[in-house]
Amino acid sequence: MFLHERTGSVALRSLAAAGRPVRDPARVFAVTDHIVDTLPGRTGTLVPGGDAFLAATREETRASGIRLFDVDDPDQGIVHVISPELGIVLPGATLVCPDSHTCTQGAFGALAWGIGSTEAEHAMATGTLRMARPKTMRVTFTGALQSGVTAKDMILTLLARHGAGGGKGYAVEFAGDAVMALDLDGRQTLCNMATEFAAMTGFIAPDDRVFDYLKGRRFAPSGAVWVQAVTAWRALHSDDGATFDRDISIDAATIEPMVTWGTSPQSAAPISATVPDQASSALTSQGYTQALDYIGLSPGQPLAGLPIDAAFIGSCTNARLSDLRRAAAIIRGQQVAPGVTAIVVPGSMAVRRAAEAEGIDRIFIDAGFAWRMSGCAMCFYAGGPGFAPGTRVISSTNRNFEGRQGPGVRTHIASPETVAASAIAGVIADPRMARESIAA
Amino acid sequence: MTAFPPVPHVAGIAAPLLRANIDTDAIIPSREIKGVGKTGLAEGLFAGWRYIEGRTPDPDFILNQPRYAHAPILLGGANFGCGSSREHAVWALHEYGIRAVMAPSFAPIFQGNCVRNGIVPVVLDEGVIAQLGETVTIDLLAQTVTSGEVTAAFDIDAEARAMLAEGLDAIDLTLKYAAAIDQFLAADNTARPWIYLEAST
Ligand code: SF4
Repeated sequence: MFLHERTGSVALRSLAAAGRPVRDPARVFAVTDHIVDTLPGRTGTLVPGGDAFLAATREETRASGIRLFDVDDPDQGIVHVISPELGIVLPGATLVCPDSHTCTQGAFGALAWGIGSTEAEHAMATGTLRMARPKTMRVTFTGALQSGVTAKDMILTLLARHGAGGGKGYAVEFAGDAVMALDLDGRQTLCNMATEFAAMTGFIAPDDRVFDYLKGRRFAPSGAVWVQAVTAWRALHSDDGATFDRDISIDAATIEPMVTWGTSPQSAAPISATVPDQASSALTSQGYTQALDYIGLSPGQPLAGLPIDAAFIGSCTNARLSDLRRAAAIIRGQQVAPGVTAIVVPGSMAVRRAAEAEGIDRIFIDAGFAWRMSGCAMCFYAGGPGFAPGTRVISSTNRNFEGRQGPGVRTHIASPETVAASAIAGVIADPRMARESIAA
Repeated sequence: MTAFPPVPHVAGIAAPLLRANIDTDAIIPSREIKGVGKTGLAEGLFAGWRYIEGRTPDPDFILNQPRYAHAPILLGGANFGCGSSREHAVWALHEYGIRAVMAPSFAPIFQGNCVRNGIVPVVLDEGVIAQLGETVTIDLLAQTVTSGEVTAAFDIDAEARAMLAEGLDAIDLTLKYAAAIDQFLAADNTARPWIYLEAST
C-alpha cells in the first residue's frame, strides 16, 4: 500500500484518532509529492496550509513505523512513478493507494487501484478491503502505431470513442500487439488513464520486459526467490480463448496524435480535427455549451494552430525518462515561442538524475523550459503556484476538468511530443510535422 | 463504533445539478482543502460554481437559490464523482447536509466513499430522474424512491445498504474475520514469499 501527503495524512490521522494500529507497517510506503515545492532549492510547500499536511504525514508515518520517501530523499517522486522504480509493485501484487491513478501500476501485471481515505484506513487496519468483484473487459489494440503516435494517443482515442464512463464497473485488460510493443513507460501511460475511463483499474499481462525492468530493483526479490517469482509471474495472463464481459478492439493504425478540446478527457480529437458540433460531441447541449464557454472555443475551430500561453510536461501520466527523451528530441536546438511559459517537472528525482546524465536537462533549459524538481506540481491546483486564470495550457497530464490546473485555466491534454512541438510553435502543433521540419 | 448517523430514509428537497461527469475537483476544488481532517469543507463545496469574484454567492447556482439551500438530496448526471479519489468531496457534501445523491451512474471510488460516510448513492435512469418532483423520499430498506406520482425501485449492494441503514463501521465488520485474515496471509506468505520481503537496502 502507498500513501501520499494529501490524502494519506488524513487517513493516518483518522486511524490514530480511532486508536487503531497499522496492521503491517512494513507493507505500507509513503511519499510527499502532491503539494511539495518543485522549484530548485525547495524545502517544503508553497501551498497555503500545506505545511500541516507535510507535518501530519511525517509525524504519523514515524509513529506507525511506515517508510516515508520525503522531499529530500533521493528516491522521492510522484507516488505511481517511484513505486515501480523501487520495485515495490510486482506482478500479481495487490496494491492500493488513496489516489485514483494507482491503476498506472497495472502496467506491471499488478492489481493496483485507487481507493478513498476511509478505505485506506480499512486497508491499513485490517490488511484487506471489502469490494464487489469487478466485471471484466479486454481492450485490444491490434496492429502497430504510426510513427509519432504514442500510448497517450491510444488512451485518449479509447476515451473519445467509448466515453469517460465506458469502463465503469470493469477491470480492464489492455492487450494486443500495439500494447505489447510498448515499453514500460508507455504501458504505464496507458494504464494511468484507466481511471479516466471510470474503470476500477487497467492492467497488462506481465512479460519479459516487465521482469527485465524489475530485476535488481531495491524492493524486488533476488536470488532463488526471484527465480521462483518469475516462474509464477509467467502464469499471469488470460487463457487463450478466455471470454470477457466486454471486448473492445481498436486498430492502432487508425490512431492519430490526440488533443482534448473540452473539459472531460473523453472530449478528445485527432489533432488534425476541428472542435466538433454538439451533435457529434457526445455531450448534452448544456454540457457542450458549458465546456466550450469554459475552454473558449467555438464549433468548427481547428485544434492545430490554436495559440497557447503555456506548455507543461509532467505528471504520473507522462514524465518518465522516455517521455522526456522524446520531447527533447523535438525541441533540440530550438526555442520556446515568445510569450509561452514552458515547464518540465520530471516524474521522480531518479528520472531527473537520469535525464541530466543524458544532457536532456540542457536541451530543455537551452530551449527556454524551466527544469524542476519532482512532484505533482501543476498537474493539479491546490492553491499554491499555478497558471493565471484564462491561461491556455497544453499539458502532458491526465485531466482537463474545469479548474484542474487553476481557476479558469484552460487545459488541453496531449502527449509529451505534442506539448513539446506546441511549445516551440506557440500554437497547438502536430509533433509529426515538427519532426519533418527537423529532418528537412 | 458507529461511523456516521444511519440513513435508512432520506426525504426532502432534491436539488437538480444535471450535468454529466461532475468531477471531484468541481465538488471540492483542491485549493479548498485547507486542513488535515474531514471537516471544515462545506464552505468549499462546489466553490468554483457557487461563488463569483471574492466569494459572492452566484445567484444562478442551484444551491444558492433559497428553496434549494438546505436540500438533503442532490440530483446529478452520469458518471457523478469522477476524477480524483479525494474523499473530501463526500465529506464536503455530508457536512453541507447532503444525505443522498441520485444519478444515472457514479464513479466507483466516489460511490464507495458515499457508502462509508452516510450518503446514499441512488442509481436511477436519467428518464426517471427527469420525472422527479421537487420533494423526494428515499426508502433505503425498501429500495424505492417516491416523488408525487412517481415511484421507482433502485439497486444497491446488500452490504452497502446495511452499512448505510445502520451506520456500520466497515473496519469493525472486517475485524471479526481477523483469524481468517491471519490464516490467509500465512498461507500466501508461503506461496508468494516475494510479496512479503523487506528491502535489501
Ligand atoms: S501527477 Fe497529477 S494525476 Fe498523478 S498523482 Fe500527482 S496530482 Fe495525481
